[in-house]
Amino acid sequence: MARAVTPKKKAINTAAAWAIGLLIFFPILWTILTSFKTEATAIADPPVFLFFDWTLENYQVVQDRSDYMRFLWNSVIIAGGSTLIGVMIAVPAAWSMAFVPSKRTKDILLWMLSTKMLPAVGVLYPIYLIFISMGLLDTRTGLVFILMMMNLPIIVWMLYTYFKEIPGEILEACRMDGAGLKEEILHILTPMAIPGIASTMLLNFILAWNEAFWTLNLTAAQAAPLTAFIASYSSPEGLFFAKLSAASTMAIAPVLILGWFSQKQLVRGLTFGAVK
Amino acid sequence: MGSIRLEQVNKTFGDVTVIPSVDLDIDDGEFVVFVGPSGCGKSTLLRLIAGLEDTTGGRILIDGKDATDTPPAKRGLAMVFQSYALYPHMSVRKNIAFPLRMAKMDKAEQDRRIEQAAAVLNLTDYLDRRPGQLSGGQRQRVAIGRAIVREPAAFLFDEPLSNLDAALRVGMRLEISELHERLKTTMVYVTHDQVEAMTMADKIVVLRAGNIEQVGSPLELYHTPRNLFVAGFIGSPRMNFIEGPEAARYNAHTIGIRPEHIAVSADEGTWSGVVSVSEHLGSDTFFHVHDSGLAESITVRAGGEVGFRHGDRIFMTPREDVLHRFSADGLRLA
Repeated sequence: MARAVTPKKKAINTAAAWAIGLLIFFPILWTILTSFKTEATAIADPPVFLFFDWTLENYQVVQDRSDYMRFLWNSVIIAGGSTLIGVMIAVPAAWSMAFVPSKRTKDILLWMLSTKMLPAVGVLYPIYLIFISMGLLDTRTGLVFILMMMNLPIIVWMLYTYFKEIPGEILEACRMDGAGLKEEILHILTPMAIPGIASTMLLNFILAWNEAFWTLNLTAAQAAPLTAFIASYSSPEGLFFAKLSAASTMAIAPVLILGWFSQKQLVRGLTFGAVK
Repeated sequence: MGSIRLEQVNKTFGDVTVIPSVDLDIDDGEFVVFVGPSGCGKSTLLRLIAGLEDTTGGRILIDGKDATDTPPAKRGLAMVFQSYALYPHMSVRKNIAFPLRMAKMDKAEQDRRIEQAAAVLNLTDYLDRRPGQLSGGQRQRVAIGRAIVREPAAFLFDEPLSNLDAALRVGMRLEISELHERLKTTMVYVTHDQVEAMTMADKIVVLRAGNIEQVGSPLELYHTPRNLFVAGFIGSPRMNFIEGPEAARYNAHTIGIRPEHIAVSADEGTWSGVVSVSEHLGSDTFFHVHDSGLAESITVRAGGEVGFRHGDRIFMTPREDVLHRFSADGLRLA
């Protein structure tokens, strides 16, 4: 039965939703606006909102001063690589947890998630040392590895929830049809879970793209992704807000566009299983 | 070839014993139906044969070879599930081709078999559709198609018709029977519907609580049920059971008489009672008779033209040659 919604209530709800939406979006909007200001306008008091002399000067400076494409490429490799390898490991893991659970499966799932509760800085020192001794410092391989490990619990959890939705009889049918474990996962489970796998990958790509703690601490010049690119425009003194904003805008643009075009997929992925 | 032999097969889930111990021989080419009330272990038994569940003890032999520990993929059996279990992301053609693809059969032979199966099952026009675009009956046919292309040693059916509406069920029942006539392949079929069991089976296996109550042809079970359970389960409407002095007259603890073996009359007969409900089916009429002093209610089948009504007193005469006698522990007396 539908609830009766009066026009007044509807108007209030709509206004509230817009207000929250704008509140969340405002910092991003402000960053984008600031990137088109001069350094002086950027710190003007009172702040200037829209009526200033729009300039592309900051983008010009940022472009001249650093190699955006190299950072971008590092980001793509690190985010893409860690997501791809993570999913390859998580699919069989989630399969076993969803379809042949043991007494301890629930505990393992919770334990995996609990690793996300640990402050990352707590293991920075040992990981830093391991990276030095293995020669992984400031390499894309090292970052792909560490980000994959960091996001693996989330990937496994998400895939586990999707796999739980697939009827067991279909997997039994393919076993009867002569499929081994490899064929079962490759030809039946994965294609059926494609929407779920896609949204998992998307979310993890975004998480890895935005990850700053490990990328800043474990890179110098060679493997630095866009997070390091942004950080390089912050300095303890001088005027840098406009240039920093320009760098930030350039760094978030690709993933913002990706998110925009796949928002349906993302929302579906995050609410999957909630509504049948 | 497809003979299946179960030797002391048992199955427990945790502390629950679903199947205490089952011995059963299924001959090559036989149509065997497992029937019983829900929870009797018939589906578990089928899944043990399929290999989808591991046995707790005992042996399963397929064509004389021990298959107890063989994975389902290697047993050479095909299964049709209640939910059809089609692959939703594949076209009908790909669904049917899947077992052939898994067997790495060459493409030309695959196509030949798919076309043949599609022709047999009237699916030729639907080969490029997805399962989601088909009706229930068509989906069931695809599931059967997927099972037959591989030419398995035996087919396993797990309540395949219970998701279909009544009219379609009768049609599919005939199709499966015809398929068996044509292929002559062993079929093991699980159902709780005794009409399906009676009409399709060469051999019926009646199960209760994981135990085999009786194995026999449909008519054997109908004419000589081994005990009260089988007597009550096979036949529709149910056999009437009468205890007390009337049974003692026949030297039995309980006597059983089927509704179709009682003659009714308005003025004379062995027993009498009052019609409580009469069900007119056109071809037949069923009377539920109370106040006979024999049992709470006696069901009688008469011709469609017999028109007693609620409250009428009628007389009933059992056919003594087809009267069943049972001992106090429920077993048939010779």
